[in-house]
Order: sequence, then structure tokens, then C-alpha cells
Amino acid sequence: MDTQQLLERQSFIELDARSRANKLLDEGTFSELIDPFQRITSPWLMRQGIVTQADDGMVVAKGTIDGQPAVVLGIDGGFQGGSMGEVSAAKIAGSLELAAEDNRKGIPTRAVILFETGGVRLQEANLGLAAIAEIHAGIVDLRRYQPVIGITAGPIGCYGGMSIAAGLCSYLIGTREARLGLNGPAVIEQEAGIAEFDSRDRPMIWSFTGCEQRHRTGLVDDYVADDADAIRAAVIERFRAGRPEACRSERVAGFLTRLSEVDPGVQATPEQAAAIYGKGFQL
Amino acid sequence: MSTQELSKRGAVWLDALTYSAPLQAGYPPSVRVADARLGDRPARFIAVVPDPDNPFPRARGGEVGLVEGWEVARAVREVVDADSKREEKRAIVAVIDVASQAYGRREEAYGIHQALAAAADAYASARLAGHPVIGLIVGRAMSGAFLAHGYQANRLIALADPKVMVHAMGKESAARVTLRSVADLEAFTARVPPMAYDIDNYASLGLLWKLLSVTNADAPTSADQTTVEKALQVAFDDIRNDPSRGLESRLGSEHRAASATVRRKLREQWR
Repeated sequence: MDTQQLLERQSFIELDARSRANKLLDEGTFSELIDPFQRITSPWLMRQGIVTQADDGMVVAKGTIDGQPAVVLGIDGGFQGGSMGEVSAAKIAGSLELAAEDNRKGIPTRAVILFETGGVRLQEANLGLAAIAEIHAGIVDLRRYQPVIGITAGPIGCYGGMSIAAGLCSYLIGTREARLGLNGPAVIEQEAGIAEFDSRDRPMIWSFTGCEQRHRTGLVDDYVADDADAIRAAVIERFRAGRPEACRSERVAGFLTRLSEVDPGVQATPEQAAAIYGKGFQL
Repeated sequence: MSTQELSKRGAVWLDALTYSAPLQAGYPPSVRVADARLGDRPARFIAVVPDPDNPFPRARGGEVGLVEGWEVARAVREVVDADSKREEKRAIVAVIDVASQAYGRREEAYGIHQALAAAADAYASARLAGHPVIGLIVGRAMSGAFLAHGYQANRLIALADPKVMVHAMGKESAARVTLRSVADLEAFTARVPPMAYDIDNYASLGLLWKLLSVTNADAPTSADQTTVEKALQVAFDDIRNDPSRGLESRLGSEHRAASATVRRKLREQWR
């Protein structure tokens, strides 16, 4: 991106969840379900002395994308780190269930999920975890009819049980700012020690889990600039392409072959991961 | 970690329920796969177990690591593929005692999230294809490991035992991430059911289909074994008689009232 382009583009990362959803949908089609004025908030945070948010950090927006019915599920990374509580996760799972039901009735509703999340909201622990399992179920069901597209733009990135959800999507789009990984750096450091993972070493963290590396290793499909129009264009292109021949999570033989080429006796490097995974994963 | 005793529960229960059926060849020592019967019908049993010699050093204590995730996916998909043309789909039983997902640099480098997605995908796809999938929790069912191995089951059964535990994160890490002391965290777990670590509180969330009392969860007596076998068979029939292949049966508890409210309102406003 040159200076002129930088000045002219609209950042996607700087948009809040509602504006991101609005940007992805065709102009004028945005309509929010269970909006903040309905005040469906977390029943669990208040009793722990934590302030709730009127939408529980989750935007469900219906409209059209490229003229086709769509639902955009925008996680608000600004509330509790985009973590999945009972309500916020149920908004995603319930929407995916209705989108799959639409398809069974002949309405080709598709879904985009904006992953900006640390995973389970630990203050709602087991209900968050259970609801994430329901999100997984919803993606696998809906994916049989229409592509489910995941976007992780940053700055939070996508972690925990929601990184598994990202791994189930038909297509994944990421920016340089975003990271994608199962375990957060602080948790790896806590569980495995600072020699295994130093949670303050940002270049190291991005070198493994940043979306540039994830794209190089075939774990993200589209590596895009922080440009709202470019991200919308990537989404439309993927929807037009239709469902992939096989999703990443279905490429069992391919990944097992690549893993057999890894030497687990030595610590991993980003270069080695790119060299092995960069060869691709056959079906 | 080396001082911690490795749990044998997954291996013990898999062996008991399959009457020591031979393990399927070609899987790593950490993934045990056995074909046996559930009543008079064929079924596949799968467990992830500790392997102190696991080539991946962060996956030696019964964690679900990179290889474990993809191998569980393979074990499940083998059954789905083999039965694809058959009317009668085999049952799949996930025997669950998983300490956690593997935490390590290698794991992140090679996309452990994708490995766990593969396992969750395989179980969910088996369920959607009509295979009765049952998750039997005999020990720990922790976090990402449980999401990968068991949480996609049509029905979840747990043993009522102090070492049976379901949670999103270990106490020390959960305290660190939520900026609380472990003592504060424990105080909240006593008042907030979804934060608790014990199986009785978990049962109050309505996610379990059955909680079973056994006399010895570490070394099941023949009566314990019969109790669990019967429950698995009843679960099998219950799944067969249920027209749904989804997870709706988990939504009934009063502690999940908000989950139900969100779904009702979404349906009202969906257009």
C-alpha cells in the first residue's frame, strides 16, 4: 500500500463490530437482531461485580451480501476481550442454527463471523464452553449448504475455543494485525514456563501466530490489507466461489502427512513450519 | 509435571467397556481405538490417554495435542466412511479423561487449533450423518480438549466422582487471565454454578444427559461396568428415537434460561 492508498482507504480494524458488519453487508440492508435496546445482558457478570454491556459484546446483523441473504456475526473485542459468555455465544450459535434452517427451506442464507475474541469468558466458564461447542455444531451444519467465512482482523485476534471455530470455517480471512492460535501467550507461559513461551515477546508471538504466517502455512486462506473495501471484496469473491472441495478441518490425511515430517525433538521455528505446511494438504 | 501421576481412567474404562478388545493398529499410543459392541450392536470406542514417551513433549500427560487431534479425527471418519452406504450407522463412544489441550510452542506453530477443529468436525459430521455419538466422562474434561473429544456428542454421560471435572481452564491460569487471586476465584465458584469445577454443579447446567453413581471410578467393579453399559445402551436408544441430530437436548436447564431466551428472540426477529 503506498501513501495515497493508505490515505484513501478505510481501516477495518478501527471500525467497531457494528460498523464492520454494516460495511460487509450491501449498503442499506443492515438490520440488527437483539439490538442493545433490548438489553439481553449476561445474567452471570453482575453477581461478580462486573459491569454488563447492553448487547453482551455481540452484534447480529442481517441483510444481504452480493444480493444474497446473509447474517454477519460481529464480536466486539472491546467488551471483556470479545470473550464468549452465555448470551454472546448463544447469539452466534442461534443465528447459525437459523441460517441452516433457512437453507433447508430453500433460502440460501450464508454467514460471516468476525472473530475478535480471547475465547471462553472465564466468568461464565462452563456455559461459555458449552455454547462454543454449539457454535462449532452450527458451523459444521451450515457449512454443508453455504460457505461460512471467518474474518480475524485484529487487534484482539482469535483464540481459545473460538480458534477452533475459525478452524471449522469454509474460508478464513486475516490481516497482519491479527493473530490466530489456540492458547493465549500468558496461558502457555503459565502452564509451560517462560522458556517455552515468553508472553512479552511480541515479535516471537506474531512470527508464529500472526496471520501473515498463518497464510504462509495454509491455515488462513486470504491475507488482506487493513482496508474495509478489500475485505468486503474478499468475502464476496469467496461466496461466489462457493463451498470448497474440502474444508481444512476435513483434510485429515494431508495434515497427518505433514505432521509426520515435523521433528518434535527440536523446538519449532516459523521457517520450519512454513517449509513443511507450505507444501499444502492433500485430501 | 513429572511428579504428577498420569491418569489411567481413559485406558481402564475403554478396556472394560470393550471387554479388552484389541486396539486398532496404526494409531499412536496416546490414541486408543477399539471396535466392540454396545449391547448387540457394533460400536467404536475412542480414548486419548497419557503417553510418557509422546514425541511431542507437551502432550505426554493425556493432553490432546496436534497428533491426537488429527488421529481422533481419523478414527471417527473411518467409521463414517465405512458406514456411508449403510442404513444402520455404528455408534461412536468417546471415553473422556483429557487433562487439557497441549500448551506449547510447537503446538501453536503447527496449528493445534486446526487439529482440535478436525476432531470436533469429525464428531459433529458423524452425528449429522446419523451415527449415535455418546460422550462418557470418566475423569477430566477440560477446555479445548473436551471441545475436540466429546463435546459434539448427541448425549453426554458423566460418572459422579470427585475426580470427574469439566472446566474451561485450570484454576491458576483462570485466576491470572481474570486478574483475580486463586482464593477469589474459588469464592466465586461457590456462588456461580457455571464457574464451578465439580461435576454436581456442572450437572445443574443441564448439559449432561445422565450422571451415574459408581463405587470405583479408578478400577470399576463389575456392577459399575454394568451400570455404565446399561446407560450407554439407553442413550443409544434415546438418540435413535430422537428425530433431531443437533444439540438442542442440552438447552432445558433453568441455568440456561438466557440461552433459550436468545434463541427465541432471534427466531422472532429473523427475517
